[in-house]
Amino acid sequence: MPALPLDDAGPYVAGAYLVFLALILIYVAIMASKLVRIERELVELSDLVEGRRAAAADEERDAERSEAVPR
Amino acid sequence: MFGRGLRTLSIASVVLVTGAFALVFLYAPNDADQGFVQKIFYLHVPLAIVALGGFVAGGVFAIQYLRTGDRGYDLRSYVAIHLSLILGLGVLATGSIWAKASWGAWWVWDEPTLVSFLIVFLLFACYQPLRFSIDDPERQARYAAVFAIIGGAFVPLNFLAVRLASSLIHPRVLGTTGGSMPGEMRLTFLVSLVAMVCLFVTLWKYELASKHASMRLRRLKRALAGDDAAGPLARTSAPTQI
Repeated sequence: MPALPLDDAGPYVAGAYLVFLALILIYVAIMASKLVRIERELVELSDLVEGRRAAAADEERDAERSEAVPR
Repeated sequence: MFGRGLRTLSIASVVLVTGAFALVFLYAPNDADQGFVQKIFYLHVPLAIVALGGFVAGGVFAIQYLRTGDRGYDLRSYVAIHLSLILGLGVLATGSIWAKASWGAWWVWDEPTLVSFLIVFLLFACYQPLRFSIDDPERQARYAAVFAIIGGAFVPLNFLAVRLASSLIHPRVLGTTGGSMPGEMRLTFLVSLVAMVCLFVTLWKYELASKHASMRLRRLKRALAGDDAAGPLARTSAPTQI
């Protein structure tokens, strides 16, 4: 088969390279969405730790207060 | 652990892929027979080689998993096969576009190279449904490893079978005589191949790091909040623990 002229071959070549680019971009976008989910879980986890720390501090303060009150 | 060297690899991938594309369009001459459309070769062939190499790597990691019982190898095997499937999709799409431009048809069923690649692709496309169909993580990893080893061994056998088959219209790229590409074309092809390998390794490490971080986070969540608070683990085809 004779070579396609540049005008006819151009869209095919561009199409092939764009398919590759699209695949990589879609892959990266999916990975980015997973990263966002990990970040959200990390925030939940740090909130949980902060909540526990605050609760422990409150308990400690209450204990100190009850010890300070004269019987 | 899995993210080590990811930044360097990412930069190397961007530089190599950009450099390879620059060589393809600015340095490599047009093919005397096919003309400008042959530029697809520098994308299609490295993609195919890396995808098939990824399937074999998945099999090798699966052997390591069965030998050592280390779930990290199961994860490595899973990600290598997952990524190879994505690249395989790219191979089929770019190959079809090239076939339409060169042969006037999107697909040629009596060409051994095309059909054998499709068979390998469809074989590995069954890998994830197989994993998904098994609930127990231990059994899932073991069965998937056996599948990956058999599939991985099928790749070189398939390559050999295609070599032995009479060539029809698809050219044989890696000839025993070292190929007949002129220097500029060979250099461009080699740079494209190295770029594709680097891109594959980068994305592989990227996904490994992401999956590993997700697993560690889940384990931490369970340890802090207790199993009930962390919620039941959804059924998944991906490895759930290391």
